[in-house]
Amino acid sequence: MIGLPRDPVFKVKIYGYNRELTMKVTKTTLMASAIAAVAGGAMAEEMTIVSWGGAYSKSQLKAYHEPYSEKTGVTILNDDSSAEGVAKLRAMNEAGNITWDVVDAVAADAIRLCDEGLAMEIDPDTMLAPAPDGTPASEDFGDLLVSDCFIPQIVYSTTFGYRTDLVGDNPPTEICAVFDLENYPGKRSLEKRPINNMEWALLCDGVAKDDVYDVLATPEGQDQALAKLGTIKDSVVWWSAGADTPQLLADGEVVMGSTYNGRLFSVIEEQKQPVAMLWDAQVFDLDGWIIPAGLSEERKQRALDYIMFATDTQRLADQAKYISYGPARASSAPLVGQHAELGIDMAPHMPTDPENAKNTFLYNYEFWADYRDDIDAKFQAWLAQ
Amino acid sequence: MTDATQSGPMLAADGTPLKKSLARSLRRRKLRALALISPLLLFVLLSFVIPIVSMLFRSVENGIVSQTIPLTVVELQNWDAEGGELPNEAVYAAFTKDMLAAIEAKQHTRLGSRLNYEKTGMSSMFRRSGRQIKKLDPEADAPFKDKLIEIHDGWGDVDTWRTIKTHAVPITNGYFLNAVDMRRTPEGAQAQPDDKKILIKLFGRTLMMSLIITGSCVLLAYPISYLLANLPMRISNLLMILVLLPFWTSLLVRTSAWKVMLQQQGVINETLVWLGLVADDARLVIINNQFGTIIAMTHILLPFMILPMYSVMQTIPPTYTRAAKSMGATNWTTFWRIYFPQSIPGIGAGSILVFILAIGYYITPEIVGGTKGVFISNRIAYHISSSLNWGLAAALGTILLVVVLVLYWAYDKIVGIDNVKLG
Repeated sequence: MIGLPRDPVFKVKIYGYNRELTMKVTKTTLMASAIAAVAGGAMAEEMTIVSWGGAYSKSQLKAYHEPYSEKTGVTILNDDSSAEGVAKLRAMNEAGNITWDVVDAVAADAIRLCDEGLAMEIDPDTMLAPAPDGTPASEDFGDLLVSDCFIPQIVYSTTFGYRTDLVGDNPPTEICAVFDLENYPGKRSLEKRPINNMEWALLCDGVAKDDVYDVLATPEGQDQALAKLGTIKDSVVWWSAGADTPQLLADGEVVMGSTYNGRLFSVIEEQKQPVAMLWDAQVFDLDGWIIPAGLSEERKQRALDYIMFATDTQRLADQAKYISYGPARASSAPLVGQHAELGIDMAPHMPTDPENAKNTFLYNYEFWADYRDDIDAKFQAWLAQ
Repeated sequence: MTDATQSGPMLAADGTPLKKSLARSLRRRKLRALALISPLLLFVLLSFVIPIVSMLFRSVENGIVSQTIPLTVVELQNWDAEGGELPNEAVYAAFTKDMLAAIEAKQHTRLGSRLNYEKTGMSSMFRRSGRQIKKLDPEADAPFKDKLIEIHDGWGDVDTWRTIKTHAVPITNGYFLNAVDMRRTPEGAQAQPDDKKILIKLFGRTLMMSLIITGSCVLLAYPISYLLANLPMRISNLLMILVLLPFWTSLLVRTSAWKVMLQQQGVINETLVWLGLVADDARLVIINNQFGTIIAMTHILLPFMILPMYSVMQTIPPTYTRAAKSMGATNWTTFWRIYFPQSIPGIGAGSILVFILAIGYYITPEIVGGTKGVFISNRIAYHISSSLNWGLAAALGTILLVVVLVLYWAYDKIVGIDNVKLG
């Protein structure tokens, strides 16, 4: 009775909460139907490009989207959904309403999308621009064309950064420092998934580099890798977002940690933190574009036109002005210049720079496509022990 | 009633029997009510019920094998999986024919991904073999057995065919078995190897920690709600805003703020070290474990407990406690015998809200949970977005839903759902 005047407060809050959710759904639906409606008619000026957000999307905006819009008048809508790209594309495909035109995906996801029939197959020599000297795209990209649906864009690497002020006079020079608690006490951050960690563990447990995947294919090899990781398990902070390690390093929470090299570049050069790179045994990975399967002819042509423009030699080299990821074309490498804002030479910060790439791994896509689920189950069970 | 038969049915003004006319107007009113809510009903049905049901159905749906390689599945019926021998040429011929059609439709790699959940290596086997099989002719190139084995030695492995035969059923219990750390084999359901058992453990942990979080929410929220309900309006309004303020802040921001607070170089540890309560080299580990998850989630879910408690406590007339005291009850007796029983509906409502929200959380445990503080929802999220094993994700989700419904039923039996009030 006494409370009556204020009772509705609660109801309003709960209702408000639901309404917020509902509104989100409605907005998305509205947007989806709006795009669908436009798709039928005059959509000549718009396309939706999906990427990862943050500094990476910004580099694409500067290097690809803005010049492309200027040239063709097409408005590019950005959607930072690549992290859920595979699942969302599958859902869109099942709903029969694909609202994305071009999607940025890591190579492993691109392979999965290709296998699932969710991405369009690409013929590099007819759909991608040749190098300025006339080398066909298939040769210019070379081995980096790891899937029939994948258009490589950058080479990035997962590698370690360490706090220069926490390692004393003995900065780590090789990967096994990660497993060396005696000389490098303190926490380290590793990604909360088996990929890369298992390879590093085996490498530091005496397995030769060429044998790593053969060993990892056996249950004994998997146990061996987990046992090696077990030696540092209590000192590991596990990350799941690329921004975690840079933050942990900046806070001094960990002494070293793995992440993408571009993130470390920004900690070191842009934020000037006392952090240095440990390039040893960095794992190369690829990121690039896919075009969703099942687009209307008109949208497909526009997507292809964008791809043709955005993955040519100059454009790929331009992206390196904004972020320290290596261009995927061989012909782009000599064109890499200086950072657009910092004015420093970008070449020495590229994972592909000869000085940095003395000892590297290439993400073994086929192996992980097969073993990911199996080893991930083991890895998660091991983590939970 | 006999009167009615004698004098005829009572008539309305227009001459129809009153009963009929009443029923008609009632029906019309019901229809109008239905028409009024029908947009909402339709919306809920389309945007909520149908997607959920179709998602749950994925946990048993397994048409992909028999749709992609129908002839092979029929031929495999005649093959003895227990015998330890490879299937005969008829199976290989049927398989080649099926694969040629599947490659044409770009379905074969999809089947490979599906079977890879059951047997590691199937994914690349289908992908790689597809490129070679494409070149075969279903008539001229027979027999196929040796050719296929030459293309990939996996086709000469009895296990491959056993796996295909085992998972050829259109409706499978395989995903549900996987969801409880078992698997479907030709010999029936078997337990997963020990080093892959994790899901049951996660279910248990999710329930346990959700209970702890609910419990700590009750303990923290009760005094606050009491205070809010009994202070003068002006002050309690101010306090209410303090309760609601974090409620309006983004979940991610609040979770990340806890990270800054709790990490080893964080605010709490720094303060303790500065005060000399904790040695610099023995800083407390209060994040990236279960403790971190409990703290962060209790904080995030607290308003959901305070609000129903508060609105129930508002309705408890102070006259009752005054009456009890005037009859000689101590403060404690008054609280325990008079006030507390009347506030139970608020605790019930808050607990249900918090528990059900907690059981499905995954962002907060992912960020602050480390390895021991993650929930089953984190695995569901993994299977939805990374491994694309939606069947398993759906099975896990179904189990979670059933668990919640069972707990709700038990709650109804023990406490009584009528005893729950949101205000």
